[in-house]
Amino acid sequence: MSAVIENHHEDHHHGPAKGLSRWLYTTNHKDIGTLYLWFSFAMFLIGGAMAMVIRAELFQPGMQIIEPEFYNQMITLHGLIMIFGGVMPAFVGLANWLVPMMIGAPDMALPRMNNLSFWILPFAFFILLSSLFMEGGAPNFGWTFYAPLSTTYAPPSVTFFIFSVHIMGASSIMGAINIVVTIMNMRAPGVGLMKMPLFVWSWLITAYLLIAVMPVLAGAVTMMLMDIHFGTSFFNAAGGGDPVLFQHIFWFFGHPEVYIMILPAFGIVSHIIETFSRKQLFGYASMVWAMLSIAILSFVVWAHHMFTVGLPLAAELFFMWATMLIAVPTGVKVFNWIATMFRGSITFETPMLFAIAFVVLFTMGGFSGLMLAITPADFQYHDTYFVVAHFHYVLVPGAIFSIMAAVYYWIPKWTGNMYDERLGKLHFWLSFIGVNVTFFPQHFIGLAGMPRRVPDYALQFADWNMVSSVGAFLFGLSQVFFLFIVIKTVMGGKKATDQVWEGARGLEWTVASPAPYHTFTTPPKID
Amino acid sequence: MNEGAKKTLKRLLVAVPLMFAFGFALVPLYDVFCEVTGINGKVFQSKDVEKLVIEDGRPIGLQFISTNNENMPWVFTPSEEVMTISTGKYYTATFYVKNTTNKKMTAQAVPSVAPSNAASHLKKLECFCFEQQVLMPGEEALLPVKLLVSNELPKNIKNIILSYTIFDITEYEDDSLANNEMNHENMNNHGGQH
Repeated sequence: MSAVIENHHEDHHHGPAKGLSRWLYTTNHKDIGTLYLWFSFAMFLIGGAMAMVIRAELFQPGMQIIEPEFYNQMITLHGLIMIFGGVMPAFVGLANWLVPMMIGAPDMALPRMNNLSFWILPFAFFILLSSLFMEGGAPNFGWTFYAPLSTTYAPPSVTFFIFSVHIMGASSIMGAINIVVTIMNMRAPGVGLMKMPLFVWSWLITAYLLIAVMPVLAGAVTMMLMDIHFGTSFFNAAGGGDPVLFQHIFWFFGHPEVYIMILPAFGIVSHIIETFSRKQLFGYASMVWAMLSIAILSFVVWAHHMFTVGLPLAAELFFMWATMLIAVPTGVKVFNWIATMFRGSITFETPMLFAIAFVVLFTMGGFSGLMLAITPADFQYHDTYFVVAHFHYVLVPGAIFSIMAAVYYWIPKWTGNMYDERLGKLHFWLSFIGVNVTFFPQHFIGLAGMPRRVPDYALQFADWNMVSSVGAFLFGLSQVFFLFIVIKTVMGGKKATDQVWEGARGLEWTVASPAPYHTFTTPPKID
Repeated sequence: MNEGAKKTLKRLLVAVPLMFAFGFALVPLYDVFCEVTGINGKVFQSKDVEKLVIEDGRPIGLQFISTNNENMPWVFTPSEEVMTISTGKYYTATFYVKNTTNKKMTAQAVPSVAPSNAASHLKKLECFCFEQQVLMPGEEALLPVKLLVSNELPKNIKNIILSYTIFDITEYEDDSLANNEMNHENMNNHGGQH
């Protein structure tokens, strides 16, 4: 490590390059973190605009705004863009900004690969979005791209979709490798594994999950490519293949993937609750073990997405119990957060509001997940709006609220300016009301039997769909407001102190605000 | 980069292609798993069927279902929809097919057994599903399946459904599907059974 430190010492006084080349050629973890965060914000707004189209069509029964074919393209792209373009790059961006500062490292271990892993992403999404203008339209088979919908019956643009998934996968794998190498080898002396901040722990585990499952996803889309163009029959029953096999391979990737999108959120929320409760986090070690157990269990529960494909009874029982087991470590985490807040001197700044909303609403999403884990109940709920409500509760007020909380919490460190607390709180309440008005009624219409992925529906679902659409428009608009708040904070505002928050602990709060271009070129002293 | 970092990097770079390969390994693993456990209703050829032949078997209802996959235009129906059979005895059932089009077509039938835990006890000695069917325009045929239900069939199963879905594979003919591993294996076994 000494070699790295000395190298950086020599160019200590170099600031960032000027102009566009700064961003194109940068190997600085803070610049790349910023790029990731802005990119994910752009994708969040594009995916959000698609959600608005979906909710506008569902505002009333009947077809009024768009064609059913286009509706299918919207739900597919909305899912893909929010997952691979919104949530994942946002977490990678946060990791880039925060992990080196939290462990007292001067930068990421593989800075050039870091640059590459970001800059291939815009191309992946350019390819994916350009399929909207191709003959036959964009992918229309849902974000889970089940064969044979995505093979035999796919539009010609599916090949572009496959290529873009390959690029996204390569980007994620490179980002994950970089994070693991950084965390395992570049911690300042004194930062032992069990002394690492929880966000670092959460990302270490997430990165291992990414390295394990993104190649499997790449394998799945490669098999699709071969079935479509090279005459193989991986998923083609006529040639001895099996469409159910696709679902097994997809969900072997897909279930760890959903924890990839929530583990970093656990890390973020732990920091914020600790800071604003002005107490040390309750049960640090159990938090680490809980995340590890969740990660390991995530590999043996995939078939709970497939209860209705005709699994044998033994498999249905196994996957039901294994899935329910995940509630145990998750419960440990929720109780630890509550115990941290218990008798703390809590203040309710915007990041804390988002973090508390995360704990409450994510837990609700967890409970609907438990309901879905019950095999016989799932036969009723499968492919209804209840599932839509479930995964939006864990992803929107779960993953996305944690990202917003992180932005409010660390933006003073990034920009040196405090955000406007009044506007931040307004944004929180608009989002909180919006998200619940949007997704809570979807539980009702799902239980009443409305199937997901339909552009039109029976009359009895009309009222709650309208409520849901109104909530979605409110939520969508409040994110444009969020963009305004972020830009306002970047442009100026009350100057932040170095510690920023009274209760904040951790190495990132020991450097100046805004964080200098190079930090910890000599490792910090840890007591 | 220091030595430790290089080591970590190398390990992770090995892990990525390994997991990519694992994704593909899931394909044969899946088939092996289905064969061993007999789940998924997949029917595989089994050897040593002779010793399953018994005189005093119990009666089982055997129902045949035929399905045409999407645009498959052929007529495809079982000659008898239901048979009452006895475990441990050979039976032959037939399916009627007719190519109703004016072009030469190739078809492949894919079998499935319900309930799935009966699949491993339904032994097929000959089956049209082990081969591709080529019919000239307007040609018709009776396709045989020779089978035996083992007496080891769980006692609670009184009825078995054997269903076939027929696929139009004319456009795939001669390339990949002809070399399909599963078909090959089955055809070899098929020869050995005579």
